[in-house]
Amino acid sequence: MAIGTSTDLGSGPAAGPGLVPAAGPARQPRLRLPRSPKVLIGLAGMIGFLTLAVIGPWIAPYDPDRSFSTTASFPQPPSAAHLLGTTQQQQDVLSQLLAGGRSTVLVAFVAGLVATLLSVLIGVTAGYTGGAADDLLSMLANLFLIMPALPLLIVIFGFLPPSQGGDDLLIGLIIAVTGWAFGARVLRAQTLSLRSRDYVESARITGERGWRIITHEILPNLIPVLASSFLFTVLYGVGTYTALAFLGLVNPNHWSWGGMLFYAQVAGAEQSGYWWLFLPPGLAVALLGTALALLNFGIDEFINPRLRAAGLSRRRARLAGAGGTAARPPRRFVLGVTPVVRGREPR
Amino acid sequence: MRVISRRIGFYLITAIAAITVDFLIPRVMPGNPVEAVLAKMQGQVVTKATLHALELQFGSSTSEGLWGQYVHYWSNLLHGNLGISTSNGLVPVTTVIRGALPWTIGLVGTATVISFILGTLLGVLVAWRRGGWLDTLLPATTFFQAAPYFFLAFLAIDLFSIRLGWFPPGSARNNLDFPAFDWAYAGDVLDHAVLPALTIVVASAAGWIVGMRNVMITTMDEDYVLIAQAKGLPKQRVVWYAARNAILPSISGFSLAIGFVVSGALLTEIVFSYPGLGFIMLTAVQDADYALLQGIFLVITMAVLVANLAADFVYVFLDPRIRQEA
Repeated sequence: MAIGTSTDLGSGPAAGPGLVPAAGPARQPRLRLPRSPKVLIGLAGMIGFLTLAVIGPWIAPYDPDRSFSTTASFPQPPSAAHLLGTTQQQQDVLSQLLAGGRSTVLVAFVAGLVATLLSVLIGVTAGYTGGAADDLLSMLANLFLIMPALPLLIVIFGFLPPSQGGDDLLIGLIIAVTGWAFGARVLRAQTLSLRSRDYVESARITGERGWRIITHEILPNLIPVLASSFLFTVLYGVGTYTALAFLGLVNPNHWSWGGMLFYAQVAGAEQSGYWWLFLPPGLAVALLGTALALLNFGIDEFINPRLRAAGLSRRRARLAGAGGTAARPPRRFVLGVTPVVRGREPR
Repeated sequence: MRVISRRIGFYLITAIAAITVDFLIPRVMPGNPVEAVLAKMQGQVVTKATLHALELQFGSSTSEGLWGQYVHYWSNLLHGNLGISTSNGLVPVTTVIRGALPWTIGLVGTATVISFILGTLLGVLVAWRRGGWLDTLLPATTFFQAAPYFFLAFLAIDLFSIRLGWFPPGSARNNLDFPAFDWAYAGDVLDHAVLPALTIVVASAAGWIVGMRNVMITTMDEDYVLIAQAKGLPKQRVVWYAARNAILPSISGFSLAIGFVVSGALLTEIVFSYPGLGFIMLTAVQDADYALLQGIFLVITMAVLVANLAADFVYVFLDPRIRQEA
């Protein structure tokens, strides 16, 4: 019985009288977000990486700059003394990996925070005021969206004197300038739809001031979208910072995962089979990005419940019904099983 | 075609903005680019004319005001003059870019088209069989999407060229001089392009898969799909109806994606020593060849704008609602 799976998510309309017990507990308010395994993995990963960013440089076994040998001229493979081997300069890779996390995470979060602030400022203003200001700000956002960011950043950092290329805050700030447009566009659209809702109208009629309506009526309803756009920008920040460091554009004496990839490329690691030079930092970046993206998936599913595949998974279906057919999740495109939690918006 | 003319107007404004930014960056950044270029050019003969051209390019000798320089910059640009590249002798930037552009367009263009088609088809499949084993593929695609393109390039070379020896590990062809075109040459070029193209496809297809899946799932709830199903149409037919409508957001989201793909592809070129724009961008960065950097930025921006315009045309062609709005 496929209907059992839909009541499991508390979608009222399909629930027949025999399914009332299943609908009962679903009615209670609960935090739905952390239930999906995707979100749990993403959350665990994020906490792990944040912890690493804080304590990484302290638990590194050696000074990442220290050279261990003046005679060896090739990167040494992993050994007991150096768990992830050494670089061309005979520095400890593990120490660099642990020390490099901090600046990568810091730059990405600075970029995410600043870009989100910018996108709220521009997106919500555009959506709320409308008219000519909206047209102008929307065009600005579209313009930044369409301009290829990485080549632009490469030109900017190319002209920046090397002495200033190592400041994490400055790098994050510059990345943020190129990364706010996506969030602004999404927030503007959402603000536009909120602006004409009844409760906002009534707040306006009772004489609330514009900024109060924005901060008290509109912003709280933007939080899921805001969170999603923040994570997206952090993800963008990780990728962009890594790319810039990989090109050697930000101070290479300042350890970061992208910087390690830069030195791996200089040492010809991929041509010579020195996998321990590029695999650890590359995997670290990829896993950090995956954690962020998984969290973002969770928020997307929270905003749009139709995307939830988890509601149809075997385990949940088995829990929902005891019958032989109910234990089988729908494998094909079958109509009427899609969990629709909210009613469709009137058009 | 009011929609198209409005889009063209927007792209024109974007192009002007990009050119203005390109003009302003060397003038507002701290430091003196002319000195940096001269320092890198040690050992080369620098004539007065070259020095003057450099100063004009970066605006360090301000005999004319900022506006005058801006007009001058535009006039140079319209005459096809992007300045002088200093990293490899003194060569006009346009010559350097002309040598690299075909490689990038061939590689990135082909890989993007393959990735779009493949990703969209897979997205339809994943949405159709939602809840099945294909859904477990999604986290894997997330991983490939989150991994930097150039990291995947490292892996691809290490695995498929060095350890397995299936493909050449870098460069675009064996013979550096261009022989007469024949099948051996074409095969050689293709052989060198497979691995970088594969890297770009694997890295970028994930975005199309997830996007298509999400829209497709929403579309399958529409009434017309229900009716098609109720009429007893074959499943493939029903999915085709839904997919045709679900693809629209993918095409309109093209502008967001193409920038990422091109940026990633440029970095992939660097790892593969593929002689396209990305590779000469690296040499430009290393040699403080600012004019070349600026020129590459402009060319890439224009290419992205043209790609977007093409996507807009396709969109208008596919969606009659857009045509009616005008």
